[in-house]
Amino acid sequence: MKMIEAKKLIFEYIRRDEEGNVESIDKALDEISLDIEKGDFVAILGHNGSGKSTLAKQINAILMPTEGTLYVNGMDTKEEDKLWDIRQSAGMVFQNPDNQIIATVVEEDVGFGPENLGVPTEEIWKRVEKSLRAVGMYEYRDHSPNKLSGGQKQRVAIAGIMAMKPQCIVLDEPTAMLDPDGRKEVIRTIRELNKEEKVTVLLITHYMEEVIHADKVIVMDDGKVVMQGTPREIFSRVEELKRYRMDVPQITELAYELKQKGMPLPDGILTIEEFTEAMKRLEQ
Amino acid sequence: MIRDITIGQYYPADSILHRLDPRVKLSGTLIYIVCLFLVKNLWGYLIAALCLGAIIRLSKVPFGFIVRGLKTIIILLLFTVAFNLFLTSGTPIFEWKFIRITKEGVSLAFSMAVRLILLILGSSLMTFTTTPNQLTDGMESLLGPLKKLHVPVHEIAMMMSIALRFIPILLEETDKIMKAQQARGADFETGGIIKRAKAMVPILVPLFISAFRRAGDLAMAMEARCYRGGEGRTKMKPLKYHKPDGIAWVAIVCFIALTVVSRRF
Repeated sequence: MKMIEAKKLIFEYIRRDEEGNVESIDKALDEISLDIEKGDFVAILGHNGSGKSTLAKQINAILMPTEGTLYVNGMDTKEEDKLWDIRQSAGMVFQNPDNQIIATVVEEDVGFGPENLGVPTEEIWKRVEKSLRAVGMYEYRDHSPNKLSGGQKQRVAIAGIMAMKPQCIVLDEPTAMLDPDGRKEVIRTIRELNKEEKVTVLLITHYMEEVIHADKVIVMDDGKVVMQGTPREIFSRVEELKRYRMDVPQITELAYELKQKGMPLPDGILTIEEFTEAMKRLEQ
Repeated sequence: MIRDITIGQYYPADSILHRLDPRVKLSGTLIYIVCLFLVKNLWGYLIAALCLGAIIRLSKVPFGFIVRGLKTIIILLLFTVAFNLFLTSGTPIFEWKFIRITKEGVSLAFSMAVRLILLILGSSLMTFTTTPNQLTDGMESLLGPLKKLHVPVHEIAMMMSIALRFIPILLEETDKIMKAQQARGADFETGGIIKRAKAMVPILVPLFISAFRRAGDLAMAMEARCYRGGEGRTKMKPLKYHKPDGIAWVAIVCFIALTVVSRRF
């Protein structure tokens, strides 16, 4: 079953001057076609301006396609009466944790989504407890969000989405404003939700280290999908990645450079452990 | 400097007053303020002051903490007292050159000062014992009947609670901008009031820009979480009257009766 299905999706930002004449048209998304299966962990990579955030906003129906169609959980995002169903089934977490927390107490913020959906009071409390436990923030339920660290705030934001019982979470660079510890914390939480709650995850990022555990990686450049595959497939194409101004994980690059110099290493090494294993095998 | 303001802050404690329904506290405070202006004589002020003292004891908020809130109105207080003292006409009790103090002036100045102090103490006690969210919930529910007149009650309450949530964030941002400008040689500490006020302008511009950006982001995040106004929304913490709330209402009615009776003496 497909969670997200895009067919020749085009989105144009139209810039107008003061009289309303069209000044320029930016094609943010250019004939994007992709399928995301239910329960998958998919990472979207791309440098700034590659259209990855625009794609995320399409999935949450914040933006509508100019041409082509996008199905989320079988619903066309252009159908207006399905708007709230789409937003409920595909939750979205944004970059800045401060700008998406609404309430002054953690548990009230997590309850905000279910309140909007008209969930009965007792059920809201159950959902809030369950999702706060799922992200490991239950002990902080009566704290003020202002006193939490960036990583903790982002986990509260994720719990806020989980409480709406979505089938899919879209995370738009959730770690961009966090320190390394906060980043690890958030990525661990996302992976656990994907494994244990079977939520489809669409992680948009420009940190390579975060995508090595994904089931599938999509690389975007200039509004187009330019590469698709498993992390191993993608990272064995180091030259191509560099052409799209992407960095590969340091260890992958080291292995790649060594291989270029004649060492018989396998393609697409992703972790330090894999690298040391491969080196050991070479010595024998 | 901005952090000294205690009015509108919440003081976490576990007391009967903290657990009261916000609607009771809001209407109680309003009634208290109205009663303060109905008071005619010393007896009335004594009753009002004693009642407030008893409530402060019940609230478990330290008295010193509440009194600190008066610091911000001290200038206003002095002005009120001075104007009433010197500018009221009546039977003079003290005369020296152009200064003339009348009997009526003294009593008016006294009653205005007491009123003002009790008013500030009473209303700050309410905010000390009520979280901002309870406060907005209470207001939304009390103003509920206005919805029939197409007053956007829910939207106003939502705006208020979001404003309260962003106060510390914007304070932090102000601090950051000030430090960034000080690092580049801006001077906020010397000069007269006018010079200092002028120095604030370059802070306000970036602050406004970032506030608008935050507002845009927040609106998008709220929409992404299916926010569509007050229609069809349920409450995680619905307001319910309990037994102590009933007792509080009885106490409020008693207070009104006492105030009215005191006018007869």
